[in-house]
Amino acid sequence: MRLTINGKSHEVDVDPTTPLLWVIRENVGLTGTKYGCGVAQCGACTVHVNGLPVRSCSIPVSAAVGAKITTIEGLATGKTLHKVQKAWLDHDVPQCGYCQSGMIMAVAALLKSNPKPTDADIDATITNICRCGTFQQVREAIHMAAKATA
Amino acid sequence: MTTKISRRTFLISSAAVGGGLALGLRLPPFGPAVARAADGSPEITVWVAIRPDNTTIIRAVRAEMGQGTITGLAQLIAEELECDWKGVSIEYPTPGQSVARKRAWGEFSTGGSRGVRQSNEYVRKGGAAARMMLVQAAANEWKVPASECTAANSVITHKPSGRKTTYGKVAEAAARLEQPKDVPLKDPKTWKLAGKPVKRLDTAQKVNGTMTYGIDLKLPGMLNAAIRDCPVFGGKVKSFDANQVSGMTGVKKVVQVGDTAVAVIADTWWQAKTALDSLSIAWDEGPNAKISSADIAQTLKEGLDAEQTFVGNKAGGDVKQALAGAAKKIEAVYSYPYQNHACMEPMNATVRWTPERCEMWGPTQNGEGAFAQVLAASGLAADRVDVHNVMLGGGFGRRGTYPDDYVTQAVLIAKQMPGTPVKMLWSREDDMAHGKYHPVMQCRLTGGLDASGNLTALHMRLSGQSILASVRPEVLQAQKGRDPLTFQGVFESGEHSLNYTVPTLLVDHAMRNPHVPPGFWRGVNINQNAVFIESFMDELAEAAGQDPVEFRRKLLSNSPRGLGVLNAVAKGIGWDKPAPAGTFRGVAQMKAFDSFVAAACEISVKDGNKVKIHRIVAATDPGYAVNPAQIERQIAGSFVYGLSALFFQECTVKDGRIEQTNFHQYNSMRIAQMPKVESIIMPTGGPIWGGIGEPTICVAAPAVLNAYAKATGKRIRSVPLKNHGIQLV
Repeated sequence: MRLTINGKSHEVDVDPTTPLLWVIRENVGLTGTKYGCGVAQCGACTVHVNGLPVRSCSIPVSAAVGAKITTIEGLATGKTLHKVQKAWLDHDVPQCGYCQSGMIMAVAALLKSNPKPTDADIDATITNICRCGTFQQVREAIHMAAKATA
Repeated sequence: MTTKISRRTFLISSAAVGGGLALGLRLPPFGPAVARAADGSPEITVWVAIRPDNTTIIRAVRAEMGQGTITGLAQLIAEELECDWKGVSIEYPTPGQSVARKRAWGEFSTGGSRGVRQSNEYVRKGGAAARMMLVQAAANEWKVPASECTAANSVITHKPSGRKTTYGKVAEAAARLEQPKDVPLKDPKTWKLAGKPVKRLDTAQKVNGTMTYGIDLKLPGMLNAAIRDCPVFGGKVKSFDANQVSGMTGVKKVVQVGDTAVAVIADTWWQAKTALDSLSIAWDEGPNAKISSADIAQTLKEGLDAEQTFVGNKAGGDVKQALAGAAKKIEAVYSYPYQNHACMEPMNATVRWTPERCEMWGPTQNGEGAFAQVLAASGLAADRVDVHNVMLGGGFGRRGTYPDDYVTQAVLIAKQMPGTPVKMLWSREDDMAHGKYHPVMQCRLTGGLDASGNLTALHMRLSGQSILASVRPEVLQAQKGRDPLTFQGVFESGEHSLNYTVPTLLVDHAMRNPHVPPGFWRGVNINQNAVFIESFMDELAEAAGQDPVEFRRKLLSNSPRGLGVLNAVAKGIGWDKPAPAGTFRGVAQMKAFDSFVAAACEISVKDGNKVKIHRIVAATDPGYAVNPAQIERQIAGSFVYGLSALFFQECTVKDGRIEQTNFHQYNSMRIAQMPKVESIIMPTGGPIWGGIGEPTICVAAPAVLNAYAKATGKRIRSVPLKNHGIQLV
């Protein structure tokens, strides 16, 4: 099977029912995307598939063949961080950081479809679990990123 | 599968190599041996090495799991060292290196909110001594008295002549000097870097996916293992047929792990897990296979009337007599459930075992505890094993060390694949089924009021599980069977003492230890004790016809700092004015881990069961505040952890095993439910430093429970609220 991840093409020899998450982590070797629950509850595994946020633990790799997949490693443009990453850095959002790849990918997708989200929009869209409890900083950083131009 | 060595792995490997150097194996031609950092930079003191380019390596052995400890400790060292903060990087000496150097770095264990508070003095001295040695080395070179030289931003200046040099230039000479014995420390009031809200040192890698957690480790030739442990605690493996799955794609070996578990080793973890799911394992479920939550609750209930107890706090005369003579007597029974830590990163460890050497790479809150487990399970001598800690994807007490836990399992698996590194990873389901659970506890509180509504007598009877009986039995032996930790927050003295003064008081514990393994769950026993006593304080205040803040103030006459945080949140929430229309307020205060904490909240309740938390004001007096920005984040996060526990979380037992398998049955707060948290950080100094990561968590639940009682007239006395049909919206 051929996958396009962060603009690069990867040939992988796996069972087609393997969840996309595990192919990204184990076969392609990109470990920024995290495993948290395996049942699409926590969002730690969020990647973009054709620009839309997807919980990669719960779709088979076969469903992603031919799609444009973006992981946290591909969110920046060269050395220029995505505005969400920059806001996260400026606002010192992560604590343990384990859920933050998925959180950042979910927020980047939100800002693409809704560049100036209200608190209610954030509440309705961002449903990732963070056990450290960074939500207060996440919310503030989303508004910061929405104000950024780049 | 990939065999690429990540940058982090490379750093770990080179740190291991550097370990040899750090053990003093590289001897200079004359003079004392110079120990070195992984990159060869000279070590000035065990906490500081200086690179030739004048940047600073700060050593850390406490674990970073998000709580910001490493940044805080680095601030304290850099403050005394007077180094350039921009050039600071962190290096983690291993437990093996520490053992070889007579525990040069002291305690590795990171629990009990001790990371900063209990190492602050020796790490500051490590920074200050290094500064003195660097300055002395420059003074020696210039042949001037050290007292004429000053240091700032990694630059040393000889004031009279204006000559300057850098730490980098004198580091080799400084490393050869004897460490001074008399090392004065700065007055915290003069701090320039410590005490300031500087940014964390580890954020950049956490926003671009490059931070390596245990689950991400890659070692050359590494295989992956999935494991299934007997679902019933106390059960064993009866039989399994490896041939059933040994031909499946990627599978390398099927092994038994100790008496209780079976693991499949494969090229990838997904292959290992898939094969394990297809393997039928027959279990000998053992003596606990019929036990349910109802049985456990009944056992605890009997303890509420037990004759034999352990006393944790006692004042005045006979409490029963005092209660009998009270003008008014109030009684209530509370209970607290089993809860799982549910770290975002499930338990894992990567181990390579050969008959000559065994190493573990993985997340642990206690490097030395993990070292002891590797030592025991590997069967090798102490100079042949080591542990390499990595960033933890959450800890919360789960990654402290417990007997026969994930580290031991990973060693027992790797031992059956000599020479091959094996990464063992639990699924979320494994993590839910094999936790070290927040212990169960019931509590009967009986209070007596006099005719004026003063609390004259209080009996707090705890009945339930002791963590230490399970994981540190030697402490109980020394205490004649008592578990002092059970009384956190209501104890007679020390870091967890009761703030209230009650004329006649008895806090006692009927120990009842069910078969479910307990553990240290962020905050540990302050969580249930705060729910019990702080809810009951409101019940007493109501019975006395008094305002709950006013009622507490009278009992805090001997706790000025407890009174301080209570007054701060009362002022912050505007307690002296009515709450906004439709909202109701609650408060709670506690002393825990030598910090004083309080919370006040404003909630509204729709249809009697939909709770919206509008505002929380939280105050903490930790004595000293090393990084206020990180403290603020720990406080806000404590409400996420504590309120998730209050509203959603219970692990129930059926047929001897835990029923909940994943987040759909064990929910955690989302951003939509997150209240606005206003933090008041009010350090009052003094000789004792308090903790940060855990104390605040315990006031979250009782503050909300008290507000809920005000809003609805209904007092809830058991956690979680979902069992009462109450939702968090």
